[in-house]
Amino acid sequence: MYNFINKEVLNWSAFLKLKAQLSKDSRLKKFYDVGTYHDDTKLQDIEFVALDFETTGLDPKKNSIISIGLVPFNLKRIYCNQAKSWFINPKDKLQEDSIIIHGITHSDLKGAPDLRRILDQLLEQLAGKVVVVHYRNIERPFLDLHLRALFKEGIVFPVVDTMQIESNIQRKLAAGFFNRLRGKKPASIRLGQSRTRYNLPTYQPHDALTDAIATAELLQAQVGYHFSPDTPIKDLWL
Amino acid sequence: MDVELLEIQDFISQYAPFDELPEEALAEVVQSVEISYFRANTTIIDFKDEISELYMIRSGIVELFRRNGNLYNRLDQGQLFGQMGLLTNNKVRFPAKTTKDTLLYCIPAVVFYDLCERFESFADFVEAEDSTRLKQAVESNSDDANALTTSKVKKLITREPLIVPVDTSVQAVAQMMAEEYQSAALINDPSIDDSEGNNLVGLISEHDLCAKVIAAGLSIDSPVSEVMSTELISLDHNAYIFEAMLMMLRNNVHHLPILKNKKPIGLIEVSDIIRYESQNSLLFVSSIFQQQSPEDLALLSKQLKDCFVRMVNEDANSHMVGRAMSEIGRSFKQRLLELAEEQFGPAPIPYCFLALGSMARDEQLMVTDQDNAIILDNSYDAAVHGEYFEKLSHFVCDGLAACGYIYCTGDIMATNPEFRKTQTEWEECFASWIDNPNPKALLNCNIFFDLTGVYGRIKWAEHLNAFILRRAKKNNRFLACLARNALNRKPPLGFFKDFVMESDGRHNNSINLKRRGTAPLADLIRVHALAIGSQSQNSFDRLEDIIEAGILPKSKGADLQHAMELISLVRLRHQALDIESDIEPDNNIEPENMSDFERRNLKDAFLVLSNAQNFLKYRYSATL
Repeated sequence: MYNFINKEVLNWSAFLKLKAQLSKDSRLKKFYDVGTYHDDTKLQDIEFVALDFETTGLDPKKNSIISIGLVPFNLKRIYCNQAKSWFINPKDKLQEDSIIIHGITHSDLKGAPDLRRILDQLLEQLAGKVVVVHYRNIERPFLDLHLRALFKEGIVFPVVDTMQIESNIQRKLAAGFFNRLRGKKPASIRLGQSRTRYNLPTYQPHDALTDAIATAELLQAQVGYHFSPDTPIKDLWL
Repeated sequence: MDVELLEIQDFISQYAPFDELPEEALAEVVQSVEISYFRANTTIIDFKDEISELYMIRSGIVELFRRNGNLYNRLDQGQLFGQMGLLTNNKVRFPAKTTKDTLLYCIPAVVFYDLCERFESFADFVEAEDSTRLKQAVESNSDDANALTTSKVKKLITREPLIVPVDTSVQAVAQMMAEEYQSAALINDPSIDDSEGNNLVGLISEHDLCAKVIAAGLSIDSPVSEVMSTELISLDHNAYIFEAMLMMLRNNVHHLPILKNKKPIGLIEVSDIIRYESQNSLLFVSSIFQQQSPEDLALLSKQLKDCFVRMVNEDANSHMVGRAMSEIGRSFKQRLLELAEEQFGPAPIPYCFLALGSMARDEQLMVTDQDNAIILDNSYDAAVHGEYFEKLSHFVCDGLAACGYIYCTGDIMATNPEFRKTQTEWEECFASWIDNPNPKALLNCNIFFDLTGVYGRIKWAEHLNAFILRRAKKNNRFLACLARNALNRKPPLGFFKDFVMESDGRHNNSINLKRRGTAPLADLIRVHALAIGSQSQNSFDRLEDIIEAGILPKSKGADLQHAMELISLVRLRHQALDIESDIEPDNNIEPENMSDFERRNLKDAFLVLSNAQNFLKYRYSATL
């Protein structure tokens, strides 16, 4: 199967227009219709939405989403008053070891809606905005595969990956002959450790909404340190 | 759908004024938050910008500046800024800049106004800036502390109650009351079995005898049962004194029988409660005069700490404590002088022993050095009398040192022959200080401008004070010199983390609250007091005079009173805490040992002091 998830789309705006024409599902068509920013749009003019999923495992083919947290933001503000979070009833069994990670138990999920029931709301929140995640191999593929399973049609959208940004920066810092000589290794790029480098506070991890807010804060800090409000979005999105 | 913003809620709810909000109001705040990240050294808001939010620091450090660019405040985690702008004209009043990477929670103005409207505690907190908050702090404190909340009513009982049988005649009861100096008696009925309780049936007071017997023309042979009050209200001996007070007020009675295991063990009256406050120190004073040697006095002085702690715990008014401690200090001096005269014989010529400085101002606390001097009769002849006063001074000063009043480091003590002068010499000395002032010479002599007679010809001290006032009042050059000295010791800006923050941004680990707080306050109050010719010595009394004279800008006098009270309160409370934890008390306080309340309010008090110093400079410097 042709998998475009890891492929970098060259022109996201044009690509989503095309998707809008090809899409058969009305919900997805509506989502693509909103479109996205032009490649050269400055970061300061972009509305982002930070997104985080807690899942039953790391494999989107076998595991399910159990909670979703999102918060809209821009370079100036993170809008907690527009934050959303949902518990999702997973298709597979909740594994004991994943309970240990995210602390979500069976009783939390009792009566939680099926992904289908909240999909409209979720897509409405994401439409037109640039999605920001920390580690892009969770949210986009999980959502894509879940939708394929439900409607026979996947989803695609540009994301900014704060982990990739951090990885690039750290690799750059650790690069160079002398650093290699000294055995300098790139620092950890996990969310918590990355935040510490920007003097952001430590949060309790593995609550979807908390992680989404933490990711939004991290992007604000990364832009503050390494980019400028005038940087075009094409430099960041994947 | 309700979103749980766990981290934000946990954070905000820890800090004033949000910590006092009910849960649902807190939830509304949390839901309204917008987060914003600022790198170190960036401007968050600029002077006169429009302001539409309250800012709370989630992490990082923010500095606020005055219009002239001076640092106004440095804030960290959990602290707020922007409220002044929101409350006044929606313009930024203090520009804010980050000095470290900072994450801010921004709370929209509508939410802020709504909270101010709905919650008084919130409004009080954000509206109170500087002097207002200080005033609130001092007032709410004295409310708490004055309530006699910590002492039990059994402490008030000094003797057994007078109990008479119910068939006694009113005359016989009156006679017994007169003999025992009791203003009331309890009445019992011996025929009632008291094995399970008591057999009290009534109470009779002087007022009853007056109103129901004499005024009503009742026969003095009538049984007491005819006039006694039968609605007996009593209290267990373990109740608190304030409960006794409440009970008397609520029932409009002036006497309360105190019961232990339901048996009466005492009868207290309103005046017992009133007397209670001063009793501790009065008792201490009376035992000073029973001691027969400096050694005995030194032994007794060890109890002074307990007495001090008790006063602080029972009554936090610094004026009262200062007065009591000064009274005790004077008593030590007086008793030592009596003992000295017993040992060396009566003085060959009249003299007056002086207390200077804080003791003269009635502002002594626990840690204090002795400052004293002697006025000698004009007939003094060093060759004849010198040795006597030399011995007397050493006896007293050594005795005081043994009692914990350490020797004055500036050697301002009667043992220094320079400070044993005749009446005329003292007047000449003060005249020269006042007429030819020189800031350096006055630096150490400041202390002489608070003086009081302790022993001997006390009137002489009053005469000397009157002389000083007459001379100083109109002498602008002298006042300017004194004012300049009063500006030598400046208060710090405030606190930051566990440091004292100086106005140039430097940090210190601790602060001497006497040197940096009460002393400069007393200094500046003294200048005003001399300028208006106030006869008072105590700083609070002087302030009253100063306010009445109308030389301070409106309400600034009251601000100074509150600042003085607050700094003194913190000082004496920390001394009491030191004593209670077996640490030698001092005037140094480490910010890490301060409560948030103390930090906030001390900062406000320092600001009042700093502004008052600026005013002093302006008012008395023109003529220098």
